[in-house]
Amino acid sequence: MAQHVLVPPLKEEDVRKLQLEDTVRIDGTIFGIRDATQIRIFDDKIEPPADLTGAICLHTAPGVKKLPDGRYQKISIGTTTSTRMDRFVPGLLERYQVRAIVGKAGLTETSVEAMRRWGGVYLAIVGGAAALETMQIEEIEEVWWDDLMPECLWKFRVKDFGPLVVAIDAHGHSLYRNVQERAAERTKRFSFT
Amino acid sequence: MKPSPEIYDALEVVARDLYIKALQDIPPDVRAGLSRGLEAEKQQGNQTASGIMLTILDNIRVADEQKTLVCQDTGLPVFKVAVGGKLDMDLWRLKDSLRKGCARATAERPLRPNTVHPLTRKHTGTNTGEGIPVVKLDFVPDSDRIELQMAPKGSGSENMSFLKMLNPSEGIQGIKRFVVQCIFESGARPCPPMIVGIGLGGTSDIAMGLAKEASTFRHLGTHNPDPDVAKLEDELLDLINQTGIGPQGLGGVTTAMAVNIEWAHTHISQNPVAVNIQCWRGERAEAELDAYGNVSWK
Repeated sequence: MAQHVLVPPLKEEDVRKLQLEDTVRIDGTIFGIRDATQIRIFDDKIEPPADLTGAICLHTAPGVKKLPDGRYQKISIGTTTSTRMDRFVPGLLERYQVRAIVGKAGLTETSVEAMRRWGGVYLAIVGGAAALETMQIEEIEEVWWDDLMPECLWKFRVKDFGPLVVAIDAHGHSLYRNVQERAAERTKRFSFT
Repeated sequence: MKPSPEIYDALEVVARDLYIKALQDIPPDVRAGLSRGLEAEKQQGNQTASGIMLTILDNIRVADEQKTLVCQDTGLPVFKVAVGGKLDMDLWRLKDSLRKGCARATAERPLRPNTVHPLTRKHTGTNTGEGIPVVKLDFVPDSDRIELQMAPKGSGSENMSFLKMLNPSEGIQGIKRFVVQCIFESGARPCPPMIVGIGLGGTSDIAMGLAKEASTFRHLGTHNPDPDVAKLEDELLDLINQTGIGPQGLGGVTTAMAVNIEWAHTHISQNPVAVNIQCWRGERAEAELDAYGNVSWK
């Protein structure tokens, strides 16, 4: 279980080398996206106003305060359940060359296959650990589509962001699948007396 | 007795402070449960699970030091209020004070607004609205005090709610099978290690309410006073942790920190089982008011 520091934008080889249960920390820029952001990109077919090539995307809807000069101050930034946004993952990888998704609770086999094919990874953050996450996000650098508040397209500058666990790699492996298969096997043996 | 007229203002302030405290300050029994989880994972030599438990405890420390929210989900506010039977109170005003307190917490802290219309999805902006906050009223004999429990129920765990009207002939076996199935299906989504609340009996709505009470307001390390029910709590906790789902669903021996069951009598032809889950933060805050509006924090 190796430890890595990723600095985006990432190349395909940066993520292909990661293995399940490796630990990752991020320095630099990450993008925040949620349901509404991706509905606009993929269902309403509106091109994102930022270049996502090699990007790391975080599933989030931050709690923020708008300052008089129009900038946003962070209040509490945490991670939401990725499973809801599973259907957008293949598009993010294929069309926009996003290389990593940071989220909680994992993605389905559709995304596992997309990550294998296009070269992407899923990095599990500890869901609910927003105090740490908010501290590790140094600044909200840009906000697009603020009519979707809080589900805008966000650009954050982060330092030592993590620890994250490689839970789906770029070779078709999923820690969630492994755990679920084992749990299914074990519960089958329960006698419920 | 009539409480002092200031009590309604005091309730509003307490409701505001309970909401904020519950989001910032994890209860001692939950902290102890998380520390036990870390030890259990370390003993297994599970590095991934130990790392997750360490990050959770680290996150609680940062929230303590910086007075920030533990989790970004400010939830839907839920109150359990036990009113002393000796108090002659205006219960409509009591509920109104709790509502105003939640709106004040949202505006003054500020808290992320989560409360929307179920069809239009339009925000109220105040974390209050139709039926929100949820207020469960109860009454205590021979008391002139008001006991308040508050939980800002987060969505990752609340979305993992289940109800089944089993056949009476399915008995305890059926109850166990259903609960384990619910936990298996929930997987990583409710942010384990979780607190599993189960409601047995009653009518369907009562079973769900009991499950919520069990997951949010029961302290870790307590058992239901009924020995048969307490035994079922232990057996289910053991089964759930044998699944190996573990912290954040990434594998480990700490899938749940507790299984709490509350029950009511039911109909001869019914066997209702409800499951409601609380995530690892187990957020909850408690306070008590006397008839003059003086507050003691628990």
